[in-house]
Amino acid sequence: MPNWGDIVEVLFLQNYNTRLVVLSTTLLGVAAGFVGSFLLLRKRSLMGDALSHATLPGVTIAFAVMVALGGDGKSLPGLLLGATISGLAGIATMLMIRNTTRLRDDVAMGFVLSVFFGIGVATLSMVSRVPGGNAAGLESFIYGKTASMLQSDFVIIAIVAGIASLVSLALLKEFLLLCFDDGFASSQGWPTLWLDLCLLALVTAVTVIGLQAVGLILVIAFLITPPTAARFWTNRLLPMILLSAIIGGVSGWLGASISALTPDLPAGAVIVLVAAILFLISMMFAPARGVFPRLMRQAHLRRKVNRQHLLRAAYEILESIAPDTGIKNSSFPIEALRIKRAWSPEQLKRVLRVARREDHLEPVGPGFLRLSEPGFGEAARITRNHRLWERYLIKYADIAPSHVDRDADLVEHILGADLVSELEADLKTEIDERNLAVPVPASPHLIQPEPPAEA
Amino acid sequence: MHSESLKSQSTFPPKATEPRPEHPPEVPLAIHDLTVAYHRKPVLWDVELNIPEGKLVGIVGPNGAGKSTLIKACLDLIPKTSGWAHIYGKPYRKARHLVAYVPQRESVDWDFPVTALDVVAMGSYRRLGWFQRVSKKESKRAHDCLDQVGIAHLADRQISQLSGGQQQRVFLARALMQDAELYLMDEPFAAVDAATEEAIISLLRSLSNQGKTCLVVHHDLATVSDYFDWLVLLNMRVVASGPVEETFTRDNLQKTYGGKLSLLEKAAEALRHSIT
Repeated sequence: MPNWGDIVEVLFLQNYNTRLVVLSTTLLGVAAGFVGSFLLLRKRSLMGDALSHATLPGVTIAFAVMVALGGDGKSLPGLLLGATISGLAGIATMLMIRNTTRLRDDVAMGFVLSVFFGIGVATLSMVSRVPGGNAAGLESFIYGKTASMLQSDFVIIAIVAGIASLVSLALLKEFLLLCFDDGFASSQGWPTLWLDLCLLALVTAVTVIGLQAVGLILVIAFLITPPTAARFWTNRLLPMILLSAIIGGVSGWLGASISALTPDLPAGAVIVLVAAILFLISMMFAPARGVFPRLMRQAHLRRKVNRQHLLRAAYEILESIAPDTGIKNSSFPIEALRIKRAWSPEQLKRVLRVARREDHLEPVGPGFLRLSEPGFGEAARITRNHRLWERYLIKYADIAPSHVDRDADLVEHILGADLVSELEADLKTEIDERNLAVPVPASPHLIQPEPPAEA
Repeated sequence: MHSESLKSQSTFPPKATEPRPEHPPEVPLAIHDLTVAYHRKPVLWDVELNIPEGKLVGIVGPNGAGKSTLIKACLDLIPKTSGWAHIYGKPYRKARHLVAYVPQRESVDWDFPVTALDVVAMGSYRRLGWFQRVSKKESKRAHDCLDQVGIAHLADRQISQLSGGQQQRVFLARALMQDAELYLMDEPFAAVDAATEEAIISLLRSLSNQGKTCLVVHHDLATVSDYFDWLVLLNMRVVASGPVEETFTRDNLQKTYGGKLSLLEKAAEALRHSIT
């Protein structure tokens, strides 16, 4: 277990051995966050996966070529150049399959992904048997390995990641148009083909520099997870891509640090796991689109609806049983509530518990309730809104008075103060004519009068 | 089946006998000899059209008649097998600033992370050019365009939280933003509420009063004579094109929509004969 000092040293880039690795995966994460956002919005995620798998033959062939020329077989720039060429060859093959046959995109991508990866694995085992060339370590491009990073490697990664990030930001408007509505974009004269190629070039660049640290199998997760996570937090593009870059950067930074502090944990896997955890947190808790906030909003609405039903039911019961003694001070049997709303005993118990907590209803002896002072005000307001809305529906939506109760029920719970005053203004003459103005107009339909006999 | 219906319509369109001017500069949209084919199967065949300026033009025809294809071919979005389409006497690539395009609403993903105002602002991207951000001025203008379609209060709403009708209005506002002379609209009335339909048609009328030309792919034959001044009946070929009162006839509709129907009738007839 690493001690606290080590942890701080690695996280804050003070450890010389791990500094380059942590810094490079952080930059890589930022670049992947930017570029991945557009890849995701262009709905080309799987293409990134095909591309990364197609880089493997390039790595092994570049190694063989460099050894044959008498050079260092594992010079990173040479290997990455090979990876770029074969990655692009993979995409070109895919486009060719798509445009010359009637095969669908997913077929073409699946084909390219597996065939190119297969060629890569086969050539890898071939070059490792070549005498003179030490191919050990090439397989780390598959799963990623960060232990050995030279200063020159770092410079390449930093420059490419920087350029990719800047280009993504500079072309924000153009990429937005391309991803949202490519038909409109090209009708406006934007070169959509070139923009697509530019996006593809950015994806290739990030994939290739990510090969060494994250590995070709996992790099797609690095491109896709941060923007997907960011999407949960915001409905705007610029915040989304900035957040995506931050999530990518944090994943790279924490992932590489954890990997550096724990022997035998490969960086690529840890980085992707950190990104996945950030994704899970976003999916669950992000206020804009997260799962829990949504469930909470739904539960809140349900509680509100139940409360309004309860108070209106109480008001209407009192209206019918105590028209003379006054709604305010009369009591009514709890059982009448249950029958009126067709609640199950458990539901009623739950709804009543909430109402009592809010001090809207007060018990008066066993089995009887009455409206409290604030409860009366609230119940009158709710009943009034309900009946205004009913009248509006009868007048304008041509709904039969006998059916209007149910239709009004669907909408009235979201009536805001402004809508209510609009309703009042709209129905003013009618309310005045019928002398219904204060405080609660009579129901426009027969209120289900007595509890059904069998209940 | 196609060849059958083609043969029966071989007089449409009437072939131009007199030499027509190559570049009629006063005509908003002139189409000559346009043929478009997907995978070697023709979708449009010898289309010949001259759309007069300031008219509100409806294009009707059955599904698969090539209505959307016609618009896309005019916008260079799909390759033409032969022929040309000229905007005010110029090829489209030289007349882009004169044309606004409203694609079908389902052609985009409405869960995209942008607001209504962002989408409308896209109509200014061409004016802005590369790398330029949307300026205050354009943003204000986008707001005005949303106001013209009656949903300025929804400017900051994310587009997935708009109703279908509101989404269609956003697309229309984006076209207004382009400040064009010719508006090509692909089914702006598809699946919108009555209020939106009303708002769209009054907007189109006001555009047409300003001398702008609107070409609208339309489905509802019941509203054709109320909405449009000029009608194009299309079924792979142009069956008829002209003022609504002259072209919107039972005979033309039969030619446009009835081909398949009459073939079915013939088949039924043949079947009856073979049984008896």
